[in-house]
Amino acid sequence: MKPYVKFGLLITVILGTLAWLAAGGISETKTYYKTVAELKEMGDDAHTKRLRVAGDVAEGSIQRDGRRVSFVLKQEALTIPVIYDSIEPLPDTFRDGAQAVADGKIGADGVFHASKIQAKCASKYEAKPGEVNKQVTKTT
Amino acid sequence: MENIGALALILSFCLAVYSVLASLIGKWKKKTYLVVSAERAVYAVWALVTFASGLLVHALLTGGFQLSYVWSVSNKAMPTVYKFAAWWGGQEGSLLLWSWILASYAAIVVYQNRRKFRDMMPYVTATLMVTMSFFLCLITFPLHPFEVFAVGKEITTIPDGRGLNPLLQYWTMAIHPPMLYLGYVGFIVPFAFAMGSLITRQPGDAWIHTTRRWTLVTWLFQTCGVLLGAGWAYAVLGWGGYWGWDPVENASLLPWITATAFLHSVMMQEKKGMMKVWNMVLVSATFFLCIFGTMLTRSGIVSSVHAFAQSPIGKYFSIFLAVHIAAVVYLILDRLDYLKSESQLESVISRESSFLFNNLILLASCFSILWGTMFPVISEWITGEKISVDAPFFNRVNIPIGLFLLLLTGVGPLIAWRRSSLESLKKAFLWPTIGMFVTMGALVALGVTHLYALMSFGLCLFVLWTIFSEFYKGSSAISAKSGINLAAAMVELTHRNTRRYGGYIVHLGIVAIFIGFTGAAFNQDATVEAKMGDSFKLGAYQMKVSEIKQGENENYSWGHAVVNLAKGGADLGVLTPEQRLYKADRQPSSVVSIRRRLNEDVYLNFAGMTADNSKAVIQAYIFPLVSWIWVGFAVVIVGTLICLVPSKIRYQFARTKVLGVVAKDAKVRKA
Repeated sequence: MKPYVKFGLLITVILGTLAWLAAGGISETKTYYKTVAELKEMGDDAHTKRLRVAGDVAEGSIQRDGRRVSFVLKQEALTIPVIYDSIEPLPDTFRDGAQAVADGKIGADGVFHASKIQAKCASKYEAKPGEVNKQVTKTT
Repeated sequence: MENIGALALILSFCLAVYSVLASLIGKWKKKTYLVVSAERAVYAVWALVTFASGLLVHALLTGGFQLSYVWSVSNKAMPTVYKFAAWWGGQEGSLLLWSWILASYAAIVVYQNRRKFRDMMPYVTATLMVTMSFFLCLITFPLHPFEVFAVGKEITTIPDGRGLNPLLQYWTMAIHPPMLYLGYVGFIVPFAFAMGSLITRQPGDAWIHTTRRWTLVTWLFQTCGVLLGAGWAYAVLGWGGYWGWDPVENASLLPWITATAFLHSVMMQEKKGMMKVWNMVLVSATFFLCIFGTMLTRSGIVSSVHAFAQSPIGKYFSIFLAVHIAAVVYLILDRLDYLKSESQLESVISRESSFLFNNLILLASCFSILWGTMFPVISEWITGEKISVDAPFFNRVNIPIGLFLLLLTGVGPLIAWRRSSLESLKKAFLWPTIGMFVTMGALVALGVTHLYALMSFGLCLFVLWTIFSEFYKGSSAISAKSGINLAAAMVELTHRNTRRYGGYIVHLGIVAIFIGFTGAAFNQDATVEAKMGDSFKLGAYQMKVSEIKQGENENYSWGHAVVNLAKGGADLGVLTPEQRLYKADRQPSSVVSIRRRLNEDVYLNFAGMTADNSKAVIQAYIFPLVSWIWVGFAVVIVGTLICLVPSKIRYQFARTKVLGVVAKDAKVRKA
């Protein structure tokens, strides 16, 4: 066999294996981004897929019980209850009013069981002190 | 003052644009004075950007809260060092830092080469300054660091700022971004030389030789940046992970991977005159990924835990990248004749082949990470549904890749150029291979059943064995010849060919890092609720919560638990995980407590109090071998620095016009 044929075969085998691993990895971990409204409309399909839903943490809804944390995620007028129970501690930015993203599945009871939560503090990026108008100084 | 800063930035932007035009026109019309003025403009840009940065840093240190940037990232109570680090604590400031580093690099390159490469330097200057103009354009127009709070024409004075995100108030976070930027930005220099060489149709590898140090130094900075980021995540984020395949982390890893591939494949070009097109592609890809990484972290295209603000700069970056990619593709295709390979692959079992597979597998890893990171964007294009993939996807693909790379690390350096006989393979690899299987057998006997962990430990031993045998062979020959002892001979050996033996030391560091990674297969954790005086067990450790304290200072209020640690009756001291609440922005932050040892770390996080405030919630972890990552990190730094020391003997390879010259035929010349 010519060396180039050998190289071609080896490369195909390596890339093929990796592609196979990647395809398996994707189908195993793929997570669908959904809004709360879409979640409510999904029906039975919602119970089998891994989902990611974003919204604000409703004020006063966080209840901690050891490492198990439950809260309500709010997107405009719609809400969904969420339960989080995982070894990873919640991010420090997770608290009332924060923007949060939850990954997980919906249970038959309509509660979202999150396995991962990301959060960022809304106030940090929106509110400005007082009522000052921000203007760019014009330089000439 | 902010007007002067803004003015300096606008002027520097104009000068950068001028520099590009003057270089190109001067070269085209053969007007030397224009080329020289373009180079002086580079110095002027550096001076202006330095001045603007100085103003911003001054405002940060003295509390110029009328500037919206200063207000958003600093406050009075912060320690001075973090006030300084706030320079890169936010969007506008980090882009200013980016620009300043680029301006400094450009000034150094122009100064170093003021009498060299007159032919291609105008293009090098132009390439550097195109990127410079782009970044200065970003901070002059959409993301202005000198924006002020004003009502009408009156500048508002504001008493105090919001403060730097507490997560960033940690020492590695203070140096991680500049390190990463030094690495990201630095890769533009090899890229610029590659382009200069391509445009002027230079024969030979002058661009590779002249940028070898740049490449190594910037690679080292990238390595430091990535690993400091990992170290920060481990010590600060509270869940004990150092890598979560977050888009922002991936962004920093991608150019590192292609840079690593480039470092290896340039050897093929230098020694065999092969892979010339490939090297052009790699150096360009690295540069593009650096820009792409900046775009990912700065524009919020992909959602990330790092929570950088959304901003409109994504489209600027897309245009910049598209134009550059088109230009590079055109240049390479147009000048393929100058990039012809001087020799051919002869056998699958050869040094060339090991380089080839090293590159293939690194690129596959890079592609899989890029694919996974961009999956939400890609899937939205194709199916209309936004789908993300998670850490298991990345691990599934990249763990086998890592193991294969580890194998190549051991095999590659010992295998002969052109082709290897079975005899020489047996001589080089028989014992390491036996050692590998004995290690794996012993581990199975000890009860380790994790397949990847077994393979990883086995391969680590294999690589260690081959590296040490290389050092031993070389230094015992020197010691027999000159009568010095083995240790001195080893230093002598390394000094004679710093590049080769420095490279081996880098490989040693990589092995240590792999040992650290492999430890993750044996992590243990527990979450407990404990009141004062309660005890609990994790692994072989007994932990007792002896005290729960609370207090405050001007920057934050805190609560911590004092946990006594013991193992088999022996007292191992106390750990004090802490929870802080920063006053400026009411943001909580945990400070974990870690007992670091080479065999395993004990890691405690104080997650807060239970709802009725009677018990502390403590998360306890055991992370075996994780410290080896940081040990390996140190070894990699040492190895890279050794590579930078000039070799005592300079090897010259006679390869011009001769197909496939074997390395041992190389002429040796005393330097």
